[in-house]
Amino acid sequence: MVALAERLQARRSRFEFVFDRPRVLGTLFLAPAIIYVLALVGVPFLLAVYYSLSAYTVYNPSYHFVGLQNFIDVINSGVFRRTLANTFIFTFGSQILGLILGKFGALLLLRPFPGRKIVRALIILPWVVPIALATVAWEWMFDSLYSVINWTLIALGIVTRTDAPNWLVDPGLAMLSVIVVNAWRFFPFAIVIFLAGITAIPQDVIDAATVDGAGFWRRNYQIILPMIMPIVVVGLVFGLVFTFTDLSIVYLLTNGGPVNATSVLGFEGFQVGIISGDVAHGAAISLFMLPVLFILVIVMLRFIRRQEI
Amino acid sequence: MATVTATEITKKFGDVSAIDGVSLSVADGEFLVLLGPSGCGKTTFLRIIAGLEKQTAGDIAIDGMVVNDLPPRARGIAMMFQTYGLYPHYTVRDNIAFPLKTQRVPKDEIRTKVAWASALLGIEHLLDRRPRQLSGGERQRVALARALVREPTALLLDEPLSNLDAKLRSSARNEIKQFQQRVGTTTIYVTHDQVEAMGMGDRIAVIDHGRVRQIGTPASIYDDPADRFVATFVGTPPMNLIDWNGGHLGFRPEDFLPREMIENGEVTEFSFFIERSEYLGSERIVYGRLEGRSAAQEITAKLPPAHVPLAAIRPGEWHPFAVRNDALRYFDQSGVRRRQS
Repeated sequence: MVALAERLQARRSRFEFVFDRPRVLGTLFLAPAIIYVLALVGVPFLLAVYYSLSAYTVYNPSYHFVGLQNFIDVINSGVFRRTLANTFIFTFGSQILGLILGKFGALLLLRPFPGRKIVRALIILPWVVPIALATVAWEWMFDSLYSVINWTLIALGIVTRTDAPNWLVDPGLAMLSVIVVNAWRFFPFAIVIFLAGITAIPQDVIDAATVDGAGFWRRNYQIILPMIMPIVVVGLVFGLVFTFTDLSIVYLLTNGGPVNATSVLGFEGFQVGIISGDVAHGAAISLFMLPVLFILVIVMLRFIRRQEI
Repeated sequence: MATVTATEITKKFGDVSAIDGVSLSVADGEFLVLLGPSGCGKTTFLRIIAGLEKQTAGDIAIDGMVVNDLPPRARGIAMMFQTYGLYPHYTVRDNIAFPLKTQRVPKDEIRTKVAWASALLGIEHLLDRRPRQLSGGERQRVALARALVREPTALLLDEPLSNLDAKLRSSARNEIKQFQQRVGTTTIYVTHDQVEAMGMGDRIAVIDHGRVRQIGTPASIYDDPADRFVATFVGTPPMNLIDWNGGHLGFRPEDFLPREMIENGEVTEFSFFIERSEYLGSERIVYGRLEGRSAAQEITAKLPPAHVPLAAIRPGEWHPFAVRNDALRYFDQSGVRRRQS
């Protein structure tokens, strides 16, 4: 018996069960993702870092090293400082608005009412409609002559035809407009996040709070909100990152105007680096996103770990 | 402390009646158990008393005052839930303090009351922990402390022991009962476990399909079941039922004994075919069928093993068994108890 078992074992190849080894199989499965990230994120990123330290332009593709000169140029530019401030206003404005809309939307959609499923499906639309299409529709709504928003305001007697707001021309209103459009795009995502969070709370906890004497507001802000905070923060990180780096709405709706009033980092980097061909300064502008995003993500992730329940 | 009275409570979900005209009243300081199978409407009824659900018809009164239109927080009732419903983001201290905070009790008073409630349940050492760091038994105590801290008019408990393991359950049962006797809070306790009901209730209300089948002391529920449902729902093994004059004749397994074990009194005799028997230490359960009855109608006997001659219960043999006549219960065709045969 012993001899037989030994002979069977001896015949097995060392590599017959090679895929049963976690190290081999894991590496194999992870490889595509890692190669993808390295090739399409890592390499362009390093390239951008190098461009930002060089004098590379489309007209003069030299890799001549200039140190931090590009960054100094950029910081000294008034347009850039305006852009940096705009980016923060745009990002936080649209996220806050989107979160508020999302919270209320989620609360409304939690109540049973006829047609709730259809409404739940429709509410996702802003998120899935191609951004170019949606922005064209918004452009029309904000139009100085044919604005449906102004038409409504005039019809309601809130403003008169002569002092009707000129949405995309007035600098403050133009910023408000891009914020509104971005919040409109973001809020279905926020609704989904809030709905997921709230429906995951055990009914017993909410009932306990009700019996313990908590009214609507206390239940929402002392029980529900803290309990869904981790998932909301994750959603917010996504929203902040996507908005901070976004240029499509600004590009399509205001083209950074009027007079750079709505220019944001992504847009400005694209303008300088691609449209004007000054790749070095464009890269430098874009890299300003990096530390901000980095800090943001670290802060948020630490917050989540502390909140873990 | 207060009385709780329900009058003709009905609750419909669409066309389905979850509760179908339940009336009962709980005396001040009483421990009432609502006992029934799952889906019988007992939890819904409890939620109606708490104000978490609105009844379709009927009145709920606390201390004689109708509270139908009062929200839960105005009813002064505390409720403890099956999964306890502790607030995971709060410490135990903040969990217990929460019902006081909602009533804007001054901070000093909150501190003394939290200390009082946690001492009462022996959880002072847990005050700075969070619920996820507690064991099942500890969570249950925290939930109880949170329910009692504001000295509620009545305490509602919804299957509070079902998340505990068997050993912990019996000690927790004892604890809750002693505790209730000490503080004397009017208590309504929902369970599907008859052992909890029998062991804890001053009175038991047996509920089935949204109706109260019987309300009474544990002894009267067990000895004088009002109908066939109560008779077979309470007791393990359940009461034996055999067809009898168009209705049913019932007797408890512990009353069904070998003929020679019953010495005096009038008895009804049966010839019993023993199929198998289980020895459970403190008792022996014998399964079989009666002569002239369908084999599908399984009859059980529960015998005290020490007193039974083993020869009497050999599987595969017939043996004369008997029931004392005063242990026989008659039910008519509709299942309602009849006092005579």
